[in-house]
Amino acid sequence: MNKLIRVFAAVVIASLLLLFAINRLNSAVGFSSDNTLTIYNWGDYIDDDLIDRFEEETGMKVIYETFDSNEAMLTKIQQGGTTYDIAVPSEYMIAKMLEEDLLLPLDHSKLPNLKNIDERFIDLPFDPGNKFSVPYFWGTVGIVFNREMLGDMEITSWNDLWDPAFENEILLIDGAREIIGMGLNSLGYSLNDTNVDHLEKAKAKLDTLTPNIKAIVGDEIKMLIANEEAAIGLVWSGDAADMMWENENLDYVVPSEGSNLWFDNMVIPKTAKNIEGAHQFINFMLDAEVAAQNTEWVSYSTPNKEALQYMPEDMVEDERFYPSPELTEKLEVYENLGKKNLALYNDLFLQFKMHRK
Amino acid sequence: MENKLTRNLYMVPYALWIALFVIAPIILVLYYSFFDIEGNFSLINYQNFFTPVYLKMTLSSFWYAFLITLFSLLVAYPTAYLLTKTKHKQLWLLLIIVPSWINLLLKAYAFLGIFGTYGVTNNFLEAIGIGTQQILFTDFSFIFVSVYIFIPFMILPIFNALNELNPTLIDAANDLGASRWTTFRRVIFPLTLDGVKAGCQVVFIPALSLFMLTRLIAGNRVITLGTAIEQHFLVTQDWGMGSTIAVFLIIIMFLFMTITGTRKRGI
Repeated sequence: MNKLIRVFAAVVIASLLLLFAINRLNSAVGFSSDNTLTIYNWGDYIDDDLIDRFEEETGMKVIYETFDSNEAMLTKIQQGGTTYDIAVPSEYMIAKMLEEDLLLPLDHSKLPNLKNIDERFIDLPFDPGNKFSVPYFWGTVGIVFNREMLGDMEITSWNDLWDPAFENEILLIDGAREIIGMGLNSLGYSLNDTNVDHLEKAKAKLDTLTPNIKAIVGDEIKMLIANEEAAIGLVWSGDAADMMWENENLDYVVPSEGSNLWFDNMVIPKTAKNIEGAHQFINFMLDAEVAAQNTEWVSYSTPNKEALQYMPEDMVEDERFYPSPELTEKLEVYENLGKKNLALYNDLFLQFKMHRK
Repeated sequence: MENKLTRNLYMVPYALWIALFVIAPIILVLYYSFFDIEGNFSLINYQNFFTPVYLKMTLSSFWYAFLITLFSLLVAYPTAYLLTKTKHKQLWLLLIIVPSWINLLLKAYAFLGIFGTYGVTNNFLEAIGIGTQQILFTDFSFIFVSVYIFIPFMILPIFNALNELNPTLIDAANDLGASRWTTFRRVIFPLTLDGVKAGCQVVFIPALSLFMLTRLIAGNRVITLGTAIEQHFLVTQDWGMGSTIAVFLIIIMFLFMTITGTRKRGI
């Protein structure tokens, strides 16, 4: 047993030494919590030049890390190993992070540029009064389709997808809220409906779409649609922009019945050490010109109203990514429906997947 | 006394391993299965399992796992038999094992390209005049890719069994006038049955809970219990229901092991 204890003690001592060494190394190159800012963002989601500019303006050193799913980000922040000063979760994840008490409140007096954000995107149900978050980019769920493959057939609404002509041509993303939501929207119900009767009806309606569905897939959908494996796909607008970049035959439409409106938001997680710097960074990104430059690079839709005037006209007037006010009226943000309702959505989604042609 | 102590000390890593990574997880799975989504103690998950949705899912998991095992066996047995007849057995065996060193995900992605509408297979079908077919996202592609992935695991035990077979027994059967088919049926197959059973176990049990291939290759047109577990843990966060399905999977696997288990007969 003695041997075992000795081995154990050796491991502990080695870890402590390493920890000490890292600390010394960090402070040797000037990394301390006051002048470094650790940002945790989605991949390909910022113009790198802006990070350089922020470093120049403030003299802070930015450490930039990326994640590829909200869940992965949540896990890292829960563990608390890295002192992330800024993170960019989607709106449903904010509700979850608030429940788990992982976010720090924002000091609005340090964010004068907050006034640049379009009123439509302020004070939303997932964060009343924007106490904890500031919108970074937004988008919709809609239909991407291949003009070349469809010929002169037009798609403008969810119900168009039920056309028998589209047999075996539709790919869906593997998301319960998105797909059940499509069923609800096509029947004119709300995306946040929790009425069991309505949900059953939506599921029954989705079952009748089965002959047109080729597959229900994950992130591969980008590759599959760009490679023309199928003509139609139900996707997030951001993914649609990526696909349209790859294949110019593709087009995107936000269905006329309405759809989902999603947000990625800047927050300061509990792990933050440089809270002052985090506020500076958020305020910097909210600056109209900076936001415009960033939006041109990322090509998602910006919530920054003032930024629009600095952006190319064809981009701002593109109704696919900046839908008209009438259509925006019909877009809904996902509310946190609670575990029980989410389970109901998932059960129905599972049953829908099991429905065979 | 000293000797016994050191022997016990050597047992520590093994015992810890079994306790931490085998027994504890099974107990945890069992424990979680008794909680509903709100975290209250209940048997609702077990009640839910016996609804048509999950029973149908169990049946379909069984059916696909059965087909995958069957086709793997049909391909693997003759292959293993031919392998024992070749000159460079070990080299051929190595060539069969090598693909299993490549990550499963990479192989699945490769098949997306091979089976796609504009993929190699369809180019070939087009060239010989059959025309483009939908191969990806069908039962066929799912079973084909699964069989491809599992086949090395089926070949190995059968090859070992065949390799250990005493050739004089076959000579004896021939001398006694048995036809080739009778020799196979009455001598070779019964003597390699243990290898076949081992191979079936290694294929059937993982095949029962495949979930990644069901999405990538079958486009969620095939739903197995594995898919449901993944969804309950990652999306719904209904760990109770996920665990309940896992409990049933463990029971099914245990039953399967018992049925196909090898009882060593005294020699």
